[in-house]
Amino acid sequence: MDKTLQTVAHAMQSRFGAEVQEAHGEMTLFLPPQRLVPAAKALKEEFGFDMLMDLTAVDYWPQLKPRFHVVYQLYAFGRNLQLRLRTGLDGNAPAMDTLETVYPNANWFEREVFDMFGIRFNGHSDLRRIIMPYDWQGHPLRKDYPLGYEEVEFTFNFDEIERKKPYAKE
Amino acid sequence: MTDIREVTVDELRHLVTDRALSGETLLLNMGPQHPSTHGVLRLLLELDGEIVLNCVPDIGFLHTGVEKNMEAKTYQKAEVMTDRLDYLNPIGNNLVYCLAVEKLLGLDVPPRAQAIRVILAELTRLNSHLLWLGTSALDLGAMSVFLYCMREREIILDIFEMCSGQRMMTTYVRPGGLWRDVPVEFESAVRNFIELMPRRIDEYERLLSNNPLFLERTIGIGVITREQCIEWGVTGPIARASGLKLDLRKARPYSGYEQYDFEIPTQTAGDVRARYQVRVAEMRESLKIIRQALDKLPYGPVRSNNRKYVPPPRSEIGVSMEALIHHFKLWTEGFHAPKGYVYATIESPRGELGVYLESDGGTKPYRVHYRTPTFAHLQLMPLLTKNHFVADVVAIIGSVDIVLGDADR
Repeated sequence: MDKTLQTVAHAMQSRFGAEVQEAHGEMTLFLPPQRLVPAAKALKEEFGFDMLMDLTAVDYWPQLKPRFHVVYQLYAFGRNLQLRLRTGLDGNAPAMDTLETVYPNANWFEREVFDMFGIRFNGHSDLRRIIMPYDWQGHPLRKDYPLGYEEVEFTFNFDEIERKKPYAKE
Repeated sequence: MTDIREVTVDELRHLVTDRALSGETLLLNMGPQHPSTHGVLRLLLELDGEIVLNCVPDIGFLHTGVEKNMEAKTYQKAEVMTDRLDYLNPIGNNLVYCLAVEKLLGLDVPPRAQAIRVILAELTRLNSHLLWLGTSALDLGAMSVFLYCMREREIILDIFEMCSGQRMMTTYVRPGGLWRDVPVEFESAVRNFIELMPRRIDEYERLLSNNPLFLERTIGIGVITREQCIEWGVTGPIARASGLKLDLRKARPYSGYEQYDFEIPTQTAGDVRARYQVRVAEMRESLKIIRQALDKLPYGPVRSNNRKYVPPPRSEIGVSMEALIHHFKLWTEGFHAPKGYVYATIESPRGELGVYLESDGGTKPYRVHYRTPTFAHLQLMPLLTKNHFVADVVAIIGSVDIVLGDADR
């Protein structure tokens, strides 16, 4: 593992209480949700992690504490380093602060996570659904959301299918 | 049945100026069926006369739930879905998924497979850039470039068909190597293509590079600075056209890219023309890489020998009981990947293509997330189109090189 990355991890450990994990040549910092935004700000301003590459979430249903993990991929262009941040969120309707204030491109990524997982980001400038239709019910990438399929509609079964439409079948 | 709710102006109020509400400025829908949007992208434009004040992109028309579907399939079967994401870069999508799986399993890949992966990945880059060049020139009114580009693209698709039996949805790269070795005609077909291609690129450049109409439409349009690229996480040709020298083939080499000698073309202007120049220069660099990879193409197996993860060859199944058991296990249950998560990236024709793969120890991926360049770049549309004419929006969409399958997943 890279020396500079070790230094960064130690600094984050002492300042924000981050839990460090190394696997497959990648470094992950676990942070509590309320400390994530200040930690990202410090990483950006002091350690040169100037690009947010990816932001996504994972659902661990039926486990509820934590139910979700939000995963951030940071990249330091000048030093060519990658770092992953993770934070756990409890419960079925979780919320955390937006990272848009630090990385403006978190905007769409957070909208996608909101759309797909139903995690709300406080202070987000434009928290609307992005991929699913506006009137969609539920959050498709949650594990308690069935995969479902669409039945082919013909004239003879049109009414029957339309009646049960918005709910996907198990 | 629930009521279908209409989206009102109120919900978009924070995205447009106050003048839009009084009717002073015009709200115009561009797309989703507009020919210049390269698929189904809807842009809500706020116009003052001919000038774009605001642009609100609306995506999701091509959402196919690939990430959700992959969670319900074994690692081998899930790969088939990755082709359908970015349909101009199928080999790249397979490759990044396989790199992630290999990283998770700690699987080795034989050198021959790696070299063929590089050749095919660069051919895919050429394929994608050719289609981009053709369609974006077509948007600017240069019809003939499109026909020439499609002619050359056809040769690449024939090579893909020769290898995998499919022209576009190849699924040729597999975890641990390739599906099968390339046929004997492969080398001569690729060599003929790379002999022919430099002259053809000269031809396109003669049509466009100094064409006054093309220059008029591209210089100073859709400018993005190097600082903005960093701030907005922009990668690929757009970042390189703004002077951000970021290429993952050099920054984090994969599949043996470190052995090949090539340049990263950059420009500093950051406008539509700079992106055109970068992409055309990249096509020439790709040809250089393919030539080097072909020259030292090693012989040997194209699949890893680790039978726990990679199916045995057909010839062994008839004579070895163990091979038969492995074959049966791998194609019914699949393999168990160790618990953990990885993030693998490649340089796709559009920028950083990443896969976040998480495993819970079972035979199916627990979570697959594609970090796609188009999704990251479409966010820039309001920034790029501000204070440009409506006609320039077409040129800007073309220069960003969007593939909606990539954005909507």
